[in-house]
Amino acid sequence: MEIQEKKNIYVGVQTTQVRDIRDFMMEINSYKNILVFAEVNDDKVCDNSLELIGEANRLKAMRNNDSLVIAALIGNDVKKHAPTLFGYGADKVVAFDNPKLEIYRSDLYGEALAAIVRNYHPEIVLVGATALGSELAPTTAAKLRTGLAAHCTALKILENGQFTQVVPAFGGKVLGDIYIPNHRPQIASIKAGITKKLEYKEKNGVVEDFSCELNGCDRMKVVKVEKDTETKKSLNDADCIVVGGFGIGSKEEWTKLEELARLLGGANGCTRPVLDAGWIDNEKAMIGTSGVAVRPKAYLGIAVSGAAHHTCGIKDSGLIISINKDEHAPIFACSDYKVVADYKKIVDALIEELKNRK
Amino acid sequence: MNIAVCVKPVPDSKYYDQIKIDPVTKTWDRSGIPTVISDLDKHALEAAISIKEKHGGKVAVFTMAPPTMKDTIMQALGMGADEAYLISDRAFAGSDTLATSNILAAAIRKAGDFDLVITGNESDDGSTAQVSPQLGEWLEMPHVMNVIKLECNGNSINVTAKQDGGSIEYEIGLPAVVGVTRKVNKPRLVSIMGIMKAKQKPFNVFTANDITPDPNFIGLKGSPTQPGGIASPEMGRKSEKIEGTPEEIAKRIVDELYKAGIK
Repeated sequence: MEIQEKKNIYVGVQTTQVRDIRDFMMEINSYKNILVFAEVNDDKVCDNSLELIGEANRLKAMRNNDSLVIAALIGNDVKKHAPTLFGYGADKVVAFDNPKLEIYRSDLYGEALAAIVRNYHPEIVLVGATALGSELAPTTAAKLRTGLAAHCTALKILENGQFTQVVPAFGGKVLGDIYIPNHRPQIASIKAGITKKLEYKEKNGVVEDFSCELNGCDRMKVVKVEKDTETKKSLNDADCIVVGGFGIGSKEEWTKLEELARLLGGANGCTRPVLDAGWIDNEKAMIGTSGVAVRPKAYLGIAVSGAAHHTCGIKDSGLIISINKDEHAPIFACSDYKVVADYKKIVDALIEELKNRK
Repeated sequence: MNIAVCVKPVPDSKYYDQIKIDPVTKTWDRSGIPTVISDLDKHALEAAISIKEKHGGKVAVFTMAPPTMKDTIMQALGMGADEAYLISDRAFAGSDTLATSNILAAAIRKAGDFDLVITGNESDDGSTAQVSPQLGEWLEMPHVMNVIKLECNGNSINVTAKQDGGSIEYEIGLPAVVGVTRKVNKPRLVSIMGIMKAKQKPFNVFTANDITPDPNFIGLKGSPTQPGGIASPEMGRKSEKIEGTPEEIAKRIVDELYKAGIK
C-alpha cells in the first residue's frame, strides 16, 4: 500500500520513469529486519513462534547485514513473555498490550499487526500457520496490500539476495518457489515442526511498547471461548510416531496401534480418512498438508498408502519404516525399510517382541 | 437473506498422485484428471442453501475460472444454488490470492447486496486458506475462518471458529464473510432433478469490463506473489525390504527402532 501510494505521488510531480523506478527501489530498500509474530496461546508463547525466531536467525545470517530479528507480541498482558523470546534468539521485542486484544479477533489482531509492520518496516514477516496465524497472516497481508506465501516448507535467500519461499501445492505433490519482488514486507506462514528453534540462552534485550488506536468492527463480538478439556500430547514432542492409515479397517483394530505406541513410548498419528472415520479423536494427530508436519526420530507407518499430502508431512523424520500389503504403495518409495505384508500379523508380533524385551 | 458462495473448480484431489512434473519445461501435467468442486466449497454451498431454506432469499455462486469450467458450476446450481456468476477474462489469469480476492469482491459488489459470503476454508489444490479472509478485507466486512459451527439468526450469525487447543464463538452482525471447514455440515448430493433444474437457472458471465476491482491488483502482473520454478519434493529413501516370518520381521523392526534411539 505504502509503495503504491508513494509511486502515485511521484507520478503526480511528473518525474521521469527512470526516476520513478529508482525511488521505488529506494522504497523497497527502506524495509529491513525480520519480524516474527510471537503468538501467545494459553498464556504461553507457541512453540511454532519460537521455531520461527530460530528460522529468522538463520535468514539473518544469510542476509549478512545488520538485520535484526524482531518478535512482536500482541494481546493483553503479553509483555511478560519477552524474556522467552530473547532466550530463543529475538534481538528486539515489540509488545502491544491492550485489553481489547485479550481474545483473538481477526479485525483487531489484523489492525494491530499491520500497524506494527507499518511502524517497523520489516522486509520479511514470519507467522506460524496455527489456526490463529492462518487467519491473521492473510488478513494482515490484505490490509498491507502485500504478498503472502502460505504454509512454506522452506525459506531461502538466493545469491542475488532474493528471498524465496517454497510452498506446496496439490497436497504436497508439487513444490513451487514464490517470490515477492515489488511489495514489502514479504510475508510467509509456516507450520509447526518445519523449522527449528535455537537452544535457549539467557539473554537480555530491549522491549519496546507499542500501541495504536484499534477500531475493529463494532458488529463483531466474542460470545464464548472454549478450551479443549483433554490436553492431547503434541506429536512434535514424540520421539516415535506410530501412524495408521485407513487400511487399518476398524476402530477395534486401531486400539492395537495405541498399544504399540505405548510400548514404544511414542504417540499415534493418522491420515485424514482415519480422523474422518473417528478412530482417533485428536485433530492434532493428523499428519500432512492440512494437518501437522512431524520430524520424530522414528516413524512407523502401518497400512498407510502414502498419498503426497501425507508424505510431505513426514519427510524430515529420522527413520521411516512402513508396512503395507500393497507392494506398489507410494509410501515405500520414501521409506528406509519396507515390509510387504498384512499388517495384522506384524503388529501382533511387534507387540509380543516389545513386551519380551521390556 | 442473499448469500454469495465462492466456488473453485479444482483437479480431483483423489488423483493428485498422478500429477506429473515435466523436468524440462518445469510445468505440471494434470491431463486425465477430472475437475470437481473443491471439497470444502461443497460445505459452503450446503451451509448457504440450508440458511436460504430457513430464512428465504437466494444463493448466488461466484467462480473465477476459464469458460470451460461451466460444467463444474452447473454442479453447484444442481445442489440448489439459484444463480451463477462466472468471472472470466484473460486479464485475470495468474492472479494470486490477493488479486483473486480483489476480483471476487468486485464481482460480488457488482452482482448486488449480499448479507453473507461463504467460502470453503481452503481449496484442495492450493490449500492456502487465504482467499476467504482477504475477501473480507476487500469487501470491508468482518470475517471469520476455520468455522466449525454456523448459525444464522436473520440479521446476525453465530460462528464457532476452531483454534489450537479450543474454539472461539463470535456473534457478527451481517454482512460478513465466513470460511467453513468440513465440520460445519454434511453436503447434500446432487440429484438428477437438480441438474435438470440447473439448466434453467440464470448463468451470468462477468469479464474485466463488467466489474471494477482495484486495477493495481489483478492478474499475474498485479499479484504481489510471483511464481518461480516448480519441483517434485525429494523424498526418496533406500526402501530396503525386510522379509521373514512375522516374528523375524518384528525383531528386525524393533532392532532398527532401538538403533534410531527409541527405547
